[in-house]
Amino acid sequence: MKKNFDVIIIGSGPGGLAAAINAKKHGAADVLIIERDLELGGILLQCIHNGFGVEIFNKDMPGPSYAQHFIEESLGLGVQVMLDTMVLDITADLKVTAISKRTSLIDLQAKAIVLAMGCRERTRSQILLPGTRPAGVYTAGTAQRWVNIEGYMPGKRFVILGSGDIGMIMARRLTLEGAKVERVLEIMPYLTGLTRNYVQCLMDYDITLQKSRTVKNILGVNRVEAIETVAVDEKWNHIKGSEEIIPCDTLLLSVGLIPENELSKKVGVALDPITGGLIVDDRFMTSVPGIFAAGNVVHVYDLVDWVTEAGFVAGRGAALYAQRSEKEKVSKIPLKAGEAIRYVVPQFINPDSLRTEIIRLQMRVSAPIEERVRLTVEDDQNNVLAKKAEPYARPGEIITMEIKQDAFDAVQKAAFLKVNVSKR
Amino acid sequence: MKEYDIIIIGGGVVGCMTARFLSQYQLYILLIEKEADIGSATSSANSAVMHAGYDALPGTLKAKTNAISSPLWDQISRELGFDFSRCGDYVVAVNDEQLETLQKLKQQGIDNGIKEISLISAKQMREHEPMISENVTGALYVPSGGILDTFAVTVAAAENAVMNGVDLLLETPFLDFLMDGSKIVGVHTPKGDFKGRWVINAAGLYADEVMHKANVHPEFYIRPRRGEYVILDKVDYNLSRQTVLFPTPTDKGKGILVASTLHGNTLIGPNSNFVETKNDKTFTKEGFDEIWEGALKLIPNLNRRHIIASFSGLRAHGNAPCLTPGVDYISDFIIEIAEGVEGLINLAGIESPGLTSSPGIALMVIDLLKEAGESLTPKANWNPIRPARPVFRHLSMPERKALVDKDPHYGRVICRCETVTEGEILAEIHAPIPAITYDAIKRRTWTGTGRCQGGFDMPRVVKILSDELNLPPEKITKKGSDSPFLYRRTKDLEEVES
Repeated sequence: MKKNFDVIIIGSGPGGLAAAINAKKHGAADVLIIERDLELGGILLQCIHNGFGVEIFNKDMPGPSYAQHFIEESLGLGVQVMLDTMVLDITADLKVTAISKRTSLIDLQAKAIVLAMGCRERTRSQILLPGTRPAGVYTAGTAQRWVNIEGYMPGKRFVILGSGDIGMIMARRLTLEGAKVERVLEIMPYLTGLTRNYVQCLMDYDITLQKSRTVKNILGVNRVEAIETVAVDEKWNHIKGSEEIIPCDTLLLSVGLIPENELSKKVGVALDPITGGLIVDDRFMTSVPGIFAAGNVVHVYDLVDWVTEAGFVAGRGAALYAQRSEKEKVSKIPLKAGEAIRYVVPQFINPDSLRTEIIRLQMRVSAPIEERVRLTVEDDQNNVLAKKAEPYARPGEIITMEIKQDAFDAVQKAAFLKVNVSKR
Repeated sequence: MKEYDIIIIGGGVVGCMTARFLSQYQLYILLIEKEADIGSATSSANSAVMHAGYDALPGTLKAKTNAISSPLWDQISRELGFDFSRCGDYVVAVNDEQLETLQKLKQQGIDNGIKEISLISAKQMREHEPMISENVTGALYVPSGGILDTFAVTVAAAENAVMNGVDLLLETPFLDFLMDGSKIVGVHTPKGDFKGRWVINAAGLYADEVMHKANVHPEFYIRPRRGEYVILDKVDYNLSRQTVLFPTPTDKGKGILVASTLHGNTLIGPNSNFVETKNDKTFTKEGFDEIWEGALKLIPNLNRRHIIASFSGLRAHGNAPCLTPGVDYISDFIIEIAEGVEGLINLAGIESPGLTSSPGIALMVIDLLKEAGESLTPKANWNPIRPARPVFRHLSMPERKALVDKDPHYGRVICRCETVTEGEILAEIHAPIPAITYDAIKRRTWTGTGRCQGGFDMPRVVKILSDELNLPPEKITKKGSDSPFLYRRTKDLEEVES
């Protein structure tokens, strides 16, 4: 079988598929997607709810339909695929070692790599949830796979910890399948997922959301028998006397997603300690030349449509890199998060980029600001290069802004750029 | 009814190691375990340290069995095909007062027969482990200390016993003795009565209750002491080298250690708190604070974000006095032929260093049986070798290729964090002691122990178990009956009270 490819993409979720499509469209001849599961599409295949495609297709689609569009487009363009195959190693000289039942261990050579491994769910140990270790404590995504792919119910009575999107979507899904969702608990004083999911998944089904409340204890030896909950103050200290014991058989956790970068770490790609994801430039190239990244390996997006758009950028960058004969050395300009901004992606900007295109930035604030805000991109002399107004800013919702081509001259001179947020 | 020579109650490391050593003789042996897998209780949650033997007071059974056992582990690990590293251990002092304690500890180690044991300077300690606290004033260094994989030891010993003819019954709790006057003639279980000439009580946390059924040692009680632990991710954080770091012991015990695991993670714990019930394996917020604070005293720059797992285990802490004249010590091991009845051997109060001491305890059981007049004829065909099965993640790339070429099941990765393949899981399901629960597979293959804690592999492992055991997925459990993962198919009807 073929061993040399222009672009090898690891992962076939929305980021990987978009990267493959755009790599092809930008002249990469041999593009390969390596997917560890049996089908293309990644986690979209278990996201049978709607809410996908509004940004890109102006159409509200379920996850599998959304994925199918890009699967067909990529296969139509001649993207090659290896399914049921796990990448074991990648190297800085762009070698990929993978394994599957069919091919055994194989070494492949790429001219550019796109990392599109997505993210994983935070577990009970990572948030140090106390209690016993019975069956019946699952991450929301694991439960989602059981219900939507395997067709089995992992419980009858649920408590869900975390108001993240998957948790709320699963609250609705489980209710529709005949289970009882007793509570959704959120340790923060605010919702961490999208407001639209709160309305459509919890309010519409009379599911109680309790904010500033968490799990104090998991009870049960073999299977969960009850969850003890407790109110918390702003420092997450338990408030004595506020405990409640909720009989149930299952605790679902929707307590955050972490970019899946174990493979990236092996090759020494730089990670952002805040996002847990890869540090990238505006073309989604990582700190290792020729290795690009698309989607939730960079930071966890709110909308799949934005993952797709990021995949397009990474795929184009990878294709152009693969076709370049000489790798020019450019010094990139750091993009920093100002006070009250938790992070901004990309972390670096190629000064050239503005010659031909607009640079899109995505960021999250550190804490909710429930009034009109002004966001600015400033250079090291505090000159404003881009600005945007928003009615509010919440950590659960990514804010997108753009640096336009008219900032080209200013960017060339800047030592760094910084994003700031202020009340208007 | 098959008449056994020996019935062992309890499939923890002590019961399994005893079964393995006794399997070399012409004896019919039955091992019964109340849980769905061997090694599910104390043997599944401990520090996994092979203690060098300086902790225990000279003259105690703890010291004696530790001293017998420590030198045996190299041979046993080779024979039984599990990993063992004699990486050495350190007891670290962080003030001058503790240095005096280390002096005494060194002398105790010499008295217990340790040949290589030395005090090293703070500078030397820092050279060995650069991340050690700035406050370090010196350390006791014992090169013979090491680390084990507690699951692997128990499974390998049990499997070798079964290979050599020992019968194993899981989910078979001991209910009572069958008596003929003052003579024990067998055991009564929910799976029926089993006759046996000897019963070995290796019931761990429940060893007191077992002997009380025969009115033996009514004064002996086991009070479980819980120890809580956390595990740190292997990619993000590692000690500079494979090692075990103890703080200087106090009246309260050995203290919170920071140790490498054989899987490349870092283990932190345990604390030591009495609990009321023998299944209270709750992990607590207070307990975490206690062990974390303790660990920071040794390695100050530990990062909480690197924690991937938390658990607790229970020590079978007894109140048996040491029987050696002149040694004033309570909570020693009991290793004895019981008085007042015939046919009972008690192995009780086995807390730390129980894992380390398990081969020595087994050898002492052999001596006890010989003293009681058993002839113990060796089997001509006894095979002490339990071949290790392939571990994909430990193989080089060419070895991996060769393995997959031979058996393609090793080409599908089921647990992505720990790189465990379908082939390894299938091998355990079809092993001499079949792994038929999720936790049994987890302990044997390390599936689901990594940073995603089973989030990815769990549905896949349940599916594999369902296919291989020809059971519906609702029948697949985490750790035996009453611990199912799934309740019904999505479209099935069910009454739910609102």
